[in-house]
Amino acid sequence: MKFGSTILAAAAGLALAGLGPVYADAGDSPVLKRIEDRGVVSIGHRETSIPFSYIGDGDTPIGYSIDICGYIVEAIKVELGKDDLEVKYVPVTGQTRIALMANGTIDLECGSTTNNLTRQKQVSYLPTTFITGTKIAAKKGAGISGIDDLNGKIIGLSAGTTNEKAIKAAIAERGLDVKIVTVKDHAQGWLALETDRIDAYGSDDVLLYGLISKSKAPDDYEVVGEYLSFDPYGLMVPRNDSTFQRLGTVVVADLMRSGEMAKIYAKWFEPGPTNINMPLSDRLKTAFEIQALPN
Amino acid sequence: MNYNWDWSILVSEPYMGWLLQGFGWTIAVSSAAWLIAFTLGSTLGIMRTTESRLLRWIGTGYVELFRNVPLLVQFFLWFFVFPEILPDDASRWVKREMPLPAFTTAVVALGLYTASRVCEQVRSGIEAIGPGQRAAGKAMGFSEPQIYRYVLLPVGYRIIIPPLTSEFLTVFKNSSLALTIGVIELTAATRQIEEYTFQGFEAFTAATVIYSVITFAVMGAMRVVERRTRVPGTVALGAK
Amino acid sequence: MSDFDFSVILDNLPFLIEGLGMTFLLTLLAIAGGLAIGTLLALARLSGFAPLAMVAAAYTNFFRSLPLILVIFWFYFLVPLILGRPVGGFYSVLVAFILFEAAYYSEIIRAGISSVRSGQVAAARALGMNYWQTMGDVVLPQAFRAMTPVLLTQAIILFQDTSLVYVVGLKDFLVSAELVANRDQRLVEMFTFAAAVYLVFCLLGSYAVRRLQQRFAT
Repeated sequence: MKFGSTILAAAAGLALAGLGPVYADAGDSPVLKRIEDRGVVSIGHRETSIPFSYIGDGDTPIGYSIDICGYIVEAIKVELGKDDLEVKYVPVTGQTRIALMANGTIDLECGSTTNNLTRQKQVSYLPTTFITGTKIAAKKGAGISGIDDLNGKIIGLSAGTTNEKAIKAAIAERGLDVKIVTVKDHAQGWLALETDRIDAYGSDDVLLYGLISKSKAPDDYEVVGEYLSFDPYGLMVPRNDSTFQRLGTVVVADLMRSGEMAKIYAKWFEPGPTNINMPLSDRLKTAFEIQALPN
Repeated sequence: MNYNWDWSILVSEPYMGWLLQGFGWTIAVSSAAWLIAFTLGSTLGIMRTTESRLLRWIGTGYVELFRNVPLLVQFFLWFFVFPEILPDDASRWVKREMPLPAFTTAVVALGLYTASRVCEQVRSGIEAIGPGQRAAGKAMGFSEPQIYRYVLLPVGYRIIIPPLTSEFLTVFKNSSLALTIGVIELTAATRQIEEYTFQGFEAFTAATVIYSVITFAVMGAMRVVERRTRVPGTVALGAK
Repeated sequence: MSDFDFSVILDNLPFLIEGLGMTFLLTLLAIAGGLAIGTLLALARLSGFAPLAMVAAAYTNFFRSLPLILVIFWFYFLVPLILGRPVGGFYSVLVAFILFEAAYYSEIIRAGISSVRSGQVAAARALGMNYWQTMGDVVLPQAFRAMTPVLLTQAIILFQDTSLVYVVGLKDFLVSAELVANRDQRLVEMFTFAAAVYLVFCLLGSYAVRRLQQRFAT
């Protein structure tokens, strides 16, 4: 069995083993039953969702979400009393994650998936482990420190994203005169910013930090302004399995209560292996506190 | 399978609005591109059948160039490369001032590409008439434009109604490529709905039904037109 | 970006050739699969057994009414769902291409079969051959010969259409070129180069088609 953050996971395993099985009976959980029968827990992961879930230098996925999932796997082992549970990593994409969860290929998705109420008709989520939201990135010295500075300027937006809607709403609300250029994806959007097709690019702040860290001249760009939308990420689990969902919730709440979650966050984001350099925001800090439900 | 079917998503807001808007863009891109394709394609097709070697050569060159580069690559050429090779002022205008940049680019790219295909159909239609009619026109003292206007084109276009119909439907389907440069047409809209709601089956089914229904409706309508306009004694045909 | 630097192409040549390999592989497999299924569909439509002919006709008309991009999206979503395991984008896309192209190939093959004079069929049947023997030994060999130019033209179209795998990010020639273009900020050079490569291969292909047409024209 290959497993990324072995030490942390082992520590968690010991801690949880000390507590004993605090979860409900596995018998009424189709997912736990399936894991027990197969002797395998299948984790859906992304390949390029940096720094949440991606393939690093090795073959196995790494990242913030993958670390959290490591703790959940340990909890499943304890619950089922199977130390030799095998972990199988299954690559998923934004288009395949639902199909693979619906047909039971993956038991748990550890990626960067936004939790919303419509999607909850199709899947269930564990507590929010990351919060992103729409912000804008611009060249330093361009005189842009927020959306209000965009009057008479051009902003690029990725077609069909929440960011597009949020920024259009903000522009309308403030009565600004901003020209909007839609682009196909973030790479194209960033290119547009670099080639001066646009003055600012609007997207999820975490993606903007990522784009800046990967750009030719990271020091030339900055993420500015207030949050214009709210996009909470959560690990995704199959629907209609409250027992399995609760098991995951307990693990995540434990991590938040013990302060371990903030440490995992720091490991991946402050500045993190990809130098994304995104400090823990106040609202994510608050989210950790609020979701740290008592046992 | 643990999939929660929810067809109501397609008629609930905002998703129904996205579908309708996407459909609107699909129609807008296809009709505007068809306008370019038909006009330019007809001109080129006529050029390829004239007696001027230069005009024929231009027509052939155009067709060979535009038909042999994938449409998607042509989209990228117009969107990314074209503005960069323009003089600075024009480049700046295309990149920053041009209204509806993605839509305009999509219409131009799709229109110019399809023109090469329309050209071949028009040419084959005119050629199918045979040299006798042209000679007859000449003998009547018609000028070359008159021969085209009164003899060759009225018959030629009627012969190629079926292949032109399928070219139009191809434009309609190819307009989905506009999503690669950021036009949220029908296919992109359904993908967006999938992304938002995780109801992929329902969204893709909606697009599938819309495309099929339009295609079959156009085909049915054109079959009637074709029957009404058939030139007695000819068979409908088109370029391979 | 006014200065053109075509050395970026040379620098990334191995990477680009790998992408081109993917494009050709996909084209060849899609042709093979599309021809196989397309032939079956055409035979079904001409079989004279009404339900079978109707199903084949419905299949062909249905796929021909859809944009290829939508079909690619469908199968990218459906194939893992049906198989119950993740398959690389390649297999999803390949299935999409084969099933999509089969509809177009079946129309070409049907026309080709219909072009074989009915006297041949009658003669074969008179010799005591059954339907499949007649088709396999008499009609299809002649039909394929007559169809070769059209089939090749369709192959060229398919070669161009494989560029659409771009929408699911499969690393074919175009995606490889785009990756280099974005990474090295050389859009003008890379997209022009990509267009030139497609142009050359397609022109070679249509030249071959014309040669064949001349040879088969009797």
